[in-house]
Amino acid sequence: MKILVPVKRVVDYNVKVRVKKDETDVELDNVKMSMNPFDEIAVEEALRLKEKGVASEIIAVSIGLPEVQETIRNALAMGADSGIFVNCTSKLEPLSVAKILTSIGNKIKPDLVIMGKQAIDDDMNATGQMLSAMLNWGQATFASKLEIQDKKIKVGREIDGGIENIEVNLPAIVTTDLRLNEPRYASLPNIMKAKRKPIDEIKVEDLKIDIEPKLEILKVEEPKSREAGIMVKSVDEMIEKLKNEAKVI
Amino acid sequence: MLFELTETQKNIVEAAKKISSRFDDNYWLDLDLKSEFPFEFYNEVAKSGWLGMCMPEEYGGANLGIQEAALFMQNITRNGGGMSAASSIHINIFGPHPIVVHGTKTQKKNWLPNLISGNDKTCFGVTEPDAGLDTGKIKTTASKIQGGYLINGQKIWTSTAKIANKILLLARTSELGETKSNIDGLTLFYTDFDSTKIEVREIKKMGRGSVDSNQIFFDNLEISEEDRIGEEGKGFRYILDSLNPERILIAAEALGIGKDALEKAVKYANERIVFDRPIGKNQSIQHPLAELWIELEAAELLISKAAYQYDKGQNSGGLANAAKYYAAEVAFKTATQAVVTLGGMGYAKEYHVERLLRESLIPKLAPVSSQMILNYISEKILHLPRSY
Repeated sequence: MKILVPVKRVVDYNVKVRVKKDETDVELDNVKMSMNPFDEIAVEEALRLKEKGVASEIIAVSIGLPEVQETIRNALAMGADSGIFVNCTSKLEPLSVAKILTSIGNKIKPDLVIMGKQAIDDDMNATGQMLSAMLNWGQATFASKLEIQDKKIKVGREIDGGIENIEVNLPAIVTTDLRLNEPRYASLPNIMKAKRKPIDEIKVEDLKIDIEPKLEILKVEEPKSREAGIMVKSVDEMIEKLKNEAKVI
Repeated sequence: MLFELTETQKNIVEAAKKISSRFDDNYWLDLDLKSEFPFEFYNEVAKSGWLGMCMPEEYGGANLGIQEAALFMQNITRNGGGMSAASSIHINIFGPHPIVVHGTKTQKKNWLPNLISGNDKTCFGVTEPDAGLDTGKIKTTASKIQGGYLINGQKIWTSTAKIANKILLLARTSELGETKSNIDGLTLFYTDFDSTKIEVREIKKMGRGSVDSNQIFFDNLEISEEDRIGEEGKGFRYILDSLNPERILIAAEALGIGKDALEKAVKYANERIVFDRPIGKNQSIQHPLAELWIELEAAELLISKAAYQYDKGQNSGGLANAAKYYAAEVAFKTATQAVVTLGGMGYAKEYHVERLLRESLIPKLAPVSSQMILNYISEKILHLPRSY
């Protein structure tokens, strides 16, 4: 079984993100970048399937400037077998990413795509679902448990009421939630092996798809800073303030 | 000139950070208080192959340079682990270097894989109560017997002897004064740590409670000839090869402590509100921290240049010593400033900077003092007359 794992390079989750002075975007110069944490969980899950003998090959794919190869290399260092780098300089949004992944999916024909439910930079939570529609494959989003049994995949999904268990036919798209697993870090032997694993480069133009952005970012702003709180002397005073000042009850 | 890390180096930094993030400040504080070895941490590092970082590939190592090892050590110490984290694995990283260079094929095959996997824990018996830096004067004897040697004497400051099952040992095979130079009478062994013949007395010390330092006493320890590394009388010269890389690694470990202390101080300065404003708003608080940031960056450059020279096979003596000197001084200064920045809380164990301060003194004192490094630079680099 072949698993495709799309990985996105994003601002590291430890970085305090700042908005650019001209409010067109967030500051990305000299900012530490890492693999999207949900994608790390996806890589980990694919590796576990391989270790169980369910999967035989794991391919990591990333789209963007040459720097994203670093993110692919990270996935290879964790244990993925090979990488696909889609060289693309234009601005990407979920629809164009899903189109590119569809084209790659049609080419390499994986049995399963595991990807993060969303990227922590724009929190779109859309690519997996769009990809499922375009490939016309089943989808199991927000997976917190995953099991494969004869061409079917059983997924526990975290929903408001608890866990919903569903079954999807392969090939399918699974998007990972936070509690699916705890990703491993790269071991030294795997880091060394990663250097010799192949990364195929594809130019996005060669895929001949329309990736013209459909979304326009109007403005990026800092969230309003919180104002200092006040101390109330009694419960009565608190209720009075909640009713009349904050008007929340 | 390239300052950019290679992809492998970036992966190493990431992995080191991830490992160390699994063992937080409280893990290290707890072990420090209980004086217990960090086995979980050690096993985690061993399991993912890091002990063999600088060992040859044919024995399961990764054959990386000191640059990579230094990056790993810096990032393994900088998340609360300090010298406790460093010293629990340090000896495995570069200690076996004399075996790699001077050991026979059989010795390497028998010894290295177990050191790399972490199954064997070794300690290093060199220093003696009456012979510190003046190593030529050591008195522990290895007397020739049928098929091997008989060891008698004592060593001091032997770290991890309490938990080691192996020892790398330097002992005298000819009488003091018998050879042209005192250091020519010394021979290096790597052998089982037989605790029926070696008595271990732990030295209670100021910091790094979790990694033991000891006095050890040999009472007729028999060593087979097969456990001798290289030729008789050349032991000290074999060790000399690994002094510069060891200095570079210690420097990197000190740098990790310094960065950790600075981070903790900055966090506190931003969060602590006095007179309705964070104390970090005061220049008297922020300027010393800004200066230390500059010095830590400078220390990092020294370390990386020294490592570059060593990995290229150039003479790295000057810079390896300079890096160790400077990183140790800066780590101590930063840890001190962190305690001062946190004020009374800095003195409390639960804020962890006092522990870093206690540990930051180790790189200043070991494996060679700051004063001896200045002597070395004066004599060997500046060509001033030898002062001692």
